[in-house]
Amino acid sequence: MREKKGRLCLWLFGIHMFISAFTFGGGYVVVPMVRKYFVLRRKLFGEEELMEMAAVSQSVPGAIAVNLAAVTGYRTAGILGALTSAAASVLPPFLIMTVIARSYEAFIANQAMAAVLKGMQAGAAVLIAETAADMCRMAGKERSLLFDLMIPGIFAACFIGKWNAALVLALCAGLCMVRAWLRRERPEETAGEVAAEAARAEKAGTEEGEKQ
Amino acid sequence: MMDLSVKLFFVFLQIGAFSIGGGYAVIGLIQEQVVRKYGWLTEQTFTDIVTISQMTPGPLAVNASTFAGFRTDGLTGAAAATAGCVAGGILFSLLLYRFFQKNRGSYYMSELLRGLKAASCGLILSAAGTILLLTFFGSSQPEAVSRADADLRSIFLFLAALLLPKIIMPLFPGTKGKKPGPIALLLLTGAAGFFLYS
Repeated sequence: MREKKGRLCLWLFGIHMFISAFTFGGGYVVVPMVRKYFVLRRKLFGEEELMEMAAVSQSVPGAIAVNLAAVTGYRTAGILGALTSAAASVLPPFLIMTVIARSYEAFIANQAMAAVLKGMQAGAAVLIAETAADMCRMAGKERSLLFDLMIPGIFAACFIGKWNAALVLALCAGLCMVRAWLRRERPEETAGEVAAEAARAEKAGTEEGEKQ
Repeated sequence: MMDLSVKLFFVFLQIGAFSIGGGYAVIGLIQEQVVRKYGWLTEQTFTDIVTISQMTPGPLAVNASTFAGFRTDGLTGAAAATAGCVAGGILFSLLLYRFFQKNRGSYYMSELLRGLKAASCGLILSAAGTILLLTFFGSSQPEAVSRADADLRSIFLFLAALLLPKIIMPLFPGTKGKKPGPIALLLLTGAAGFFLYS
């Protein structure tokens, strides 16, 4: 068992270095990579759990990519896994930036380097677009009006309104609690009431958006 | 030397602990501390770091802390600044995740998690939008882009990378239903970028 955990940590270290070294822009771009290796290939946890982890790492301070690495490591191999994964995800940018800090005037001027990186940026865009499409398809299966309205609402708030992501998550958490409370009080609630509730929530959201 | 590294660690611990939301929310915070308050970097160098961060892997906060730490106090400075920057986030996310795991059985917690999953979806969409804008127009502000800024080569590359596997892969029976891995995709687009842009 112990040996197995050691091997798992070694794998975590390798895979997180790999993911970190090839993920440009940080943040949510890491999610498709984690999904590919942890969920689809090794089936260490499910798609649902990944979304949960993504929400956790986004709700706390700090770099999302590093937080997500720590949480996936913790889920896979406990606290040792968390530390290994976090260290592994910091290492590649750390090494690259040390080299760049040493010779950054030359780096800025290098045309070939810039061309390769520009091409990779388009590749990273494909990855995140595919993941976003897959995730939305999955969320559509929930068949909840509030959630269906929440996704475009959040997109508008964050993409156009430039709201703080943590604030948006806190707001959604509040809405979900209200919804859960209403459902518990009246289990035979009609679909019309749910719609009205969601519409009110959405309206409140946009009003706040205009204030900002 | 040692004192400076300790100072770097605590300044970046503070930056890391207050940068909720990640990504571009951090820029202002780092700028205020590192450029205006302590003068460790000039305004121009800081802008360059932001540009470099977009082209190199890794989170912006990590890149900026390593760079600023290294320029201020060499390798120890870089290590101190980077460790400080990520320590708070790792601690908080593990605590929050454990809290969720322990209370998974409760009705309210499972409802909350279902909601957060859907919310997470919206955030990924927004991130995708920002990345696409940045790739196609070189700016992450939706209102700042105009048609003239459009980078046709990157739009072409994006469409090629998105559609080509769907057309070419079915031609080979052995690869049915498979997609190229993310690393293969990035290496291929990187190579294509080298020929397209230089």
